[in-house]
Amino acid sequence: MKRMIGHSLIGVALALMLAGPAAAADKVSDGVVKIGVLTDLSGIYSDLAGEGSVVAANMAVKDFGGTVLGKPIQVIKGDTQNSKADIAANIARKWYDDDHVDAIVGLVATNVALAGMEVGKQRHKITLVVGAASLPITDQKCEPWNVHWIYDTYSLAVGTGRALVEKGYKNWFFITANYQFGKSLQHDTTEVIDAGGGKVVGSVLAPFPTRDFSSFLLKAQSSGAQVIGLANAGSDTINAVKQAAEFGIMGSKQIVAPLLLFISDVHSLGLKTAQGMYLTTGFYWDRNKESREWSKRFFDTFSKHRMPTMVQAGVYSATLNYLRAVKAAGTDDSDAVMKQLKSMKISDPVIQKGHIRADGRLIHNMYLVQVKKPSESKYPWDYYKIVSTIPGDQAFLPANKSVCPLIKQPYHYGK
Amino acid sequence: MRISRKHVVFIILFLIGLTGPLFQSIVYPVFLMKIWCYALFACAFNLLLGYAGLLSFGHAAFLGSAAYFAGNLMMDYGSTWMTPEVAVIIATLWAALLGLVFGWLAIRRHGIYFAMVTLALAQFIYFLALQMPQFTHGEDGLQGVPRGMFLGLFNLAPDSHMYYFVYGVFVIGFWLTYRTIHSPFGQVLRAIRENEPRAVSLGYHVNRYKLLVFVISAALSGMAGATKTLVFQLASLSDVHWHASGEVVLMTLLGGMGTVWGPVVGAAFVVSLQNYLGVVGSWVTVVTGVIFVLCVLVFRRGIVGEIIEVTRRVRKGRQGADAGATPARSSSSP
Amino acid sequence: MAVFQWLGISPFGLMAQLLLGLINGSFYAILSLGLAIIFGLLNVINFTHGTLYMMGAYIAWVLLTHFGVNYWWALLLCPLIVGIIGMLIERFLLRRLYQLDHIYGLLLTFGLALVIEGLFINWFGVSGDNYDVPSQLSGGARLSFMYLPYYRIWVIAISLLVCFATWYVIERTRLGSYLRAATENPRLVQAFGINVPLMLTLTFGYGVALAALAGVLAAPVQAITPVMGANTIIVVFAVVVIGGMGSIMGAIVSGIVLGIIEGLTKVFYPVGSAVVIFVIMAIVLLLRPGGLFGRER
Repeated sequence: MKRMIGHSLIGVALALMLAGPAAAADKVSDGVVKIGVLTDLSGIYSDLAGEGSVVAANMAVKDFGGTVLGKPIQVIKGDTQNSKADIAANIARKWYDDDHVDAIVGLVATNVALAGMEVGKQRHKITLVVGAASLPITDQKCEPWNVHWIYDTYSLAVGTGRALVEKGYKNWFFITANYQFGKSLQHDTTEVIDAGGGKVVGSVLAPFPTRDFSSFLLKAQSSGAQVIGLANAGSDTINAVKQAAEFGIMGSKQIVAPLLLFISDVHSLGLKTAQGMYLTTGFYWDRNKESREWSKRFFDTFSKHRMPTMVQAGVYSATLNYLRAVKAAGTDDSDAVMKQLKSMKISDPVIQKGHIRADGRLIHNMYLVQVKKPSESKYPWDYYKIVSTIPGDQAFLPANKSVCPLIKQPYHYGK
Repeated sequence: MRISRKHVVFIILFLIGLTGPLFQSIVYPVFLMKIWCYALFACAFNLLLGYAGLLSFGHAAFLGSAAYFAGNLMMDYGSTWMTPEVAVIIATLWAALLGLVFGWLAIRRHGIYFAMVTLALAQFIYFLALQMPQFTHGEDGLQGVPRGMFLGLFNLAPDSHMYYFVYGVFVIGFWLTYRTIHSPFGQVLRAIRENEPRAVSLGYHVNRYKLLVFVISAALSGMAGATKTLVFQLASLSDVHWHASGEVVLMTLLGGMGTVWGPVVGAAFVVSLQNYLGVVGSWVTVVTGVIFVLCVLVFRRGIVGEIIEVTRRVRKGRQGADAGATPARSSSSP
Repeated sequence: MAVFQWLGISPFGLMAQLLLGLINGSFYAILSLGLAIIFGLLNVINFTHGTLYMMGAYIAWVLLTHFGVNYWWALLLCPLIVGIIGMLIERFLLRRLYQLDHIYGLLLTFGLALVIEGLFINWFGVSGDNYDVPSQLSGGARLSFMYLPYYRIWVIAISLLVCFATWYVIERTRLGSYLRAATENPRLVQAFGINVPLMLTLTFGYGVALAALAGVLAAPVQAITPVMGANTIIVVFAVVVIGGMGSIMGAIVSGIVLGIIEGLTKVFYPVGSAVVIFVIMAIVLLLRPGGLFGRER
């Protein structure tokens, strides 16, 4: 029954659109702005995204006021069950085609993100990717209706790689997860190291997932490298760090640099093991007053009572700015909203002084942080010292290096 | 040929299937297409498990590698000369070839050892998929595979067109399994399942039969995988992962192994579960597990198997009342 | 020396890698031993094994963080608790399936594994928890060729001890002979006045207790996550099959040997270490259908 009403609403909307662009422009399709949070609710990414992403999206809606252009805002959620691209594509299609979803936010793993973007592209619908890491999302695979929030492999590589090379850590050994993500992380970091006059003395491709890294760590140890770069993620990184500590690498002359580590990972590693490591993040809850206040609210709202990861914070920012763009554009029409998003300043408790480039990359400050010693940590989740702020124009792939056609020839939204 | 009640049922079900896209507002067409793909996969698997008694734990290799094959063909040549039906046929042939190799290596083993050999071979295929990113694009998978023009004439991009293509593939595949089951060949398979030494002593080249059914099963699995790629326009590592092999066991068992319709019902059930349980978030694994356990403990015959059993009991009771008992039919030929 | 140069590794490096392989092998041995006992005596292919291994690690973590129970007590308590859970599973679920095909036991335990894993994901999240190496075993020995953590030495020692003690009990004692007889001819053994069903329950309990023990041993060296078992179990299956299903000695020896082979693969062809055990399994099954130490049933 509900669906039938929905369909008649489409009918009305279609009639209005046929009546002329002017009539459509100040309308919200189907009388509701619907945001779909498509994320991993049950699998290995559910701590760094999961329910916390849904909470963040709902917070954004609430902070925005619950309505836009006089119409209600609705958030629905979908589970990609780890990172199953076909399930993600199926949900995305259904949401756009049947459920009148206006924008999808989330999309944690790269395969899921690419699948969602493909569906969005065919329908000229908006995807806001927060969580997937691969650079191609805004490079080779870029498309006009997508924005990539918070971080990507390039920014991680630049953040940690450049900073460490500048500190004199020039010789690197990589332990890389044997999949595209790991390889591209290693590739991007290697470029930065080479550019800074450093050298990669060796690398090993470890199967994903790996339970025991000791054999690879031993290789790294005997390579004489100053830095062991971990181009992996999740429990692989945690295992590698833990075993590096066990084998006496942590705290020796050699340092371990995990290229992607979320605050949830540090939380599970514990400061005793993780102390002293450098890492790059797009958001840290305790950075300033605004982020602190917002994060504490998130902590209280979220039933699991955890501080937001950069992905969850990114979902908040993406949702909030999407709604702002809808309001400013006066419609939820994808083209108008994208045009607005790419022309406005992005500023909220999560992102400061950000803007969205023609290829869909959100350009904003990234932070190089160091994990605190247990003695330096004063209160729960007091985990990072911010070592330096990497300005947005240095943190992300420069426009002149991008192969995305949208950089040279921005898409002309609507008329 | 006499038109029996069974034929009428088939025709009616076939016609109902044809009306799929008319109910777009109730059932999402891509969801239906997914069901047809997995139903075909499960039917192919059931041919092996239910009728030949061979539990393969490596069927993901056929599903997944055929998916990559079809995907690559469409992506590389889809804009020029490749048509979807040719891609599906080539991928199916590939799966048959792979099935020949797997089968040749595995059929000499029995029971759990057979399952383990197939698992090992499938793990090797998974490994190759990881190691050949130029062919599989690693964990990103093949994305944006074009659906192409059927016979070079009909554009399959709209879901309603695609639906008939998928439905056609399913009907052909289903018909093939049905013919296989009800042929003398199928009879021999059942004999082998029930008592292999006796089949040998009757002079059947048991291994040849097993190999042939393995190849048919692999080919049809590949056909399902290739079609699935066209539906979702992607092929990914999860199709070659051993979880996919486990999933098809679940579908077949849940629906009723050794029954014609069991795998179809099982596939529909599992796919719906995945689709609609998405809402329960992290509980999806628990619910799936509980269903699995209940199925093994309580509904060992599966949904269709239990229905057949009940109707037989009812019929037997009635017949017993008026004419005395007739020999019970084998549960494997409903 | 030239050989080592050609291999691209120093003899010391190779020795260190062999030692690491041995450590992993002892994990495999203790896990595959439990599986082999259960298969050998109950004819059940226990898919929950990996999940119960994970449970062992989590119970150790919960005991430590919520009840202040230290590692040494956990080493005793976790196998006990998991063993009891295992016995309940055997008594109330598995027992109904003994007269059926092996496949049903496999499917039931597969379903159970999903349930337990799902519950743990809900309770503990997926990013994992940290368990510190007990203070008595922290630190390590600085050998000439490597830094060897004391904890790893302890793992090898206890695993081998437990494995061979188990082997001794089953193959060389009266209790073991009852067990073996019960698998051959349960009715006859029952007629001698031995409670066979109880014996099977206890056997299952012991088998999964070994998994839990492996879990506690693993807790300090890797991230404790709900999926840690699922990733391991499928490899351990292969180990058992290579050893010969149901063969106690086969499980122990092939566990250790395959740990070492996997370790060497990590040195010479790292990406292949994920698949090497399966390749070996395929080859072994094609040449010796019953596994290295077993016979095909």
